[in-house]
Amino acid sequence: MTVLVIVEHADNKLATASFEQLALARGIAGKQNVIALLIGGERPVAQTLLARGADSVIVGSAAVFNGYNSDGWVTCAAQVVREHNASLVLAAHTPSGADLAPRLAFRLNAGCATGCVKIENNNGTLLFTRAAHGGNVRETLHFKTDTAVATVRAGVYDALPADTTRRGEIVELSDAPASRIRVIERKREDSAGLRLEDAKVIIAGGRGINGPEGFEVLKPLAELLGGVVGASRVPCDLGWCSHAMQIGLTGKTVTPELYIAVGISGASHHLAGCGNAKTIVAINTDKDAAIFREAKFGVVGDFAKVVPALTAAISALPKTI
Amino acid sequence: MHLAVCIKYIPDPEAAFSMFSIDEAAKKVVPASGLKHVVSPFDEQAIEAALRIREAHAGTRITVITFGNELSRNALKHGLAMGADDGVLLSDAAFDDGDSYTTASVLSAALKKLGVIDLVLTGRQAADGDAGIVGAGIAELLDRPLLTFAKSVAIENSVVRVERVLEDGTETLETDLPAVVTVSNEIGAPRAPSLRETMRAARKPVQMWKAADLGLDAAMVGAAGARSVREKLFAPSKTVQCEFIEAVTPEKQGARLAARLREAKVV
Ligand SMILES: Cc1cc2nc3c(=O)[nH]c(=O)nc-3n(C[C@H](O)[C@H](O)[C@H](O)COP(=O)(O)OP(=O)(O)OC[C@H]3O[C@@H](n4cnc5c(N)ncnc54)[C@H](O)[C@@H]3O)c2cc1C
Ligand SMILES: Nc1ncnc2c1ncn2[C@@H]1O[C@H](COP(=O)(O)O)[C@@H](O)[C@H]1O
Repeated sequence: MTVLVIVEHADNKLATASFEQLALARGIAGKQNVIALLIGGERPVAQTLLARGADSVIVGSAAVFNGYNSDGWVTCAAQVVREHNASLVLAAHTPSGADLAPRLAFRLNAGCATGCVKIENNNGTLLFTRAAHGGNVRETLHFKTDTAVATVRAGVYDALPADTTRRGEIVELSDAPASRIRVIERKREDSAGLRLEDAKVIIAGGRGINGPEGFEVLKPLAELLGGVVGASRVPCDLGWCSHAMQIGLTGKTVTPELYIAVGISGASHHLAGCGNAKTIVAINTDKDAAIFREAKFGVVGDFAKVVPALTAAISALPKTI
Repeated sequence: MHLAVCIKYIPDPEAAFSMFSIDEAAKKVVPASGLKHVVSPFDEQAIEAALRIREAHAGTRITVITFGNELSRNALKHGLAMGADDGVLLSDAAFDDGDSYTTASVLSAALKKLGVIDLVLTGRQAADGDAGIVGAGIAELLDRPLLTFAKSVAIENSVVRVERVLEDGTETLETDLPAVVTVSNEIGAPRAPSLRETMRAARKPVQMWKAADLGLDAAMVGAAGARSVREKLFAPSKTVQCEFIEAVTPEKQGARLAARLREAKVV
């Protein structure tokens, strides 16, 4: 079956999640077609998509596609799916993907599964496993429709290594369909630093860090480990930090090697975004906090004392390599 | 103006999951009897968004709509007590065991029956299924533009303006009414029902419509009309065992943790 991957990128920097979906698409399509749809991207970027598993790339690189918005995107993607008879469309489970996918599904009379953690091709029948009930439940669905659209959570599939010898067609989209939505302004937060999605180490603070100052205790540890500071929803909602730092069901999905949860109780809604971290460490005053059921290492104690001691002790360790 | 807010009545999503059980044979999540039900939190915030619009535009009518069993009437009561003007309950045994698609179809049919709705508001996702599909479905079925994940919603001169949450910031979008907006938690806490509105709520009109009232055939709704089939429902497996780091002082705990993380080659 033909699989279409809707590629996500910011200013031509491709999202790792899109590489993961190309790998997933490759596995499902087998010898058949994997098409990448790249709207608002440039041709060299399209080349990278071929290297990561696409057989062909459909690219809207003309200026009209820049900063293009979802309403036109849906029309555009629907045309491409119909033209190429794709049976499965994959997008990342991000604000853009989760915005686009369900609309595209309705436009195509297709089934829709959001937040998938597994998609299998069972002799031609696609099975979608997704998380529900705040991450406490998994459901496996199949659709009666010919086409299905799915968003996939980051970090559940491994990207294929780049193979620059792969060749394929790169096709330009001709014109951009009209959009009923007008973009007035986009405010992107300073992304000079490492993105949470790409971080190998994340130190996340929750309500237990007791205020915006709490993050000042976490930052030195993050810096020392070359990591990034994140948060549960509570500090974001209380205005202690930016919403862009929220990790969880309705925030970011992260997959670091090391996730240190500080003053976070471990609600399933939070774990939905970090449960795939390789090693979770929890620091919490409550020995019964749910987070300890997910953590490999736990410290029952006050973060204000434990974290600085941890930071000092790590910096005193002999350097590795 | 006439605004409609789609609200779902669900078991309290903040309750510990030990209050639920998974019936693998029936492929259903079963809440403990007596577990409190609430209006799904994002839907409550969608009501809040509607009320804020009405504050800026006197004379605006707000209709709350819910699709579910007879108990869902309580969701309407809550919406009316927050300040909505009237309610619609969509309830029919024929609706049972549907999916996001049939839910969107039934809600769209009800919205059509209500006449011209300038703005339909939904939550970004229902906090039980966590799908985030129905709002988009309504927009497509009614052929209206959709603005998702709103952190603020304002209307001026028949144009709706939404500040939309992105992963690394926000964008401001506009579209002409009629339109559909899905609301995210960044909009802020919903107001609690006031005593005055709660007293008035009992007298506010609530209609109940069944499939036939909406001109929907039984084959189009419920399990028959669903596009998805649930094959399995299960709990994710957990394998981690926590190693607690013990020491006499928190400082020593920190130091010990560092040593254990090094031994485990994590740092
Ligand atoms: C539909 C829905 C979606 C949601 N989406 C998300 C999401 O995307 N992300 C998210 O994070 N949440 C989300 N939530 C909220 C989630 O359910 C929890 O309410 C939230 O994660 C709790 O945040 P917390 O752990 O920081 O706070 P709390 O649950 O209040 O926990 C604070 C913890 O800090 C500990 N503590 C206190 N003082 C100290 C100290 N001095 N040192 C160390 N520890 C201390 C306490 O023991 C406690 O365990 C969602 C909820 C719903 C209903
Ligand atoms: N049974 C329902 N009754 C009323 N509104 C609903 C219902 N199901 C979903 N919705 C609306 O659609 C939104 C998205 O739901 P979902 O696609 O199920 O996650 C919810 O936040 C509600 O606003």
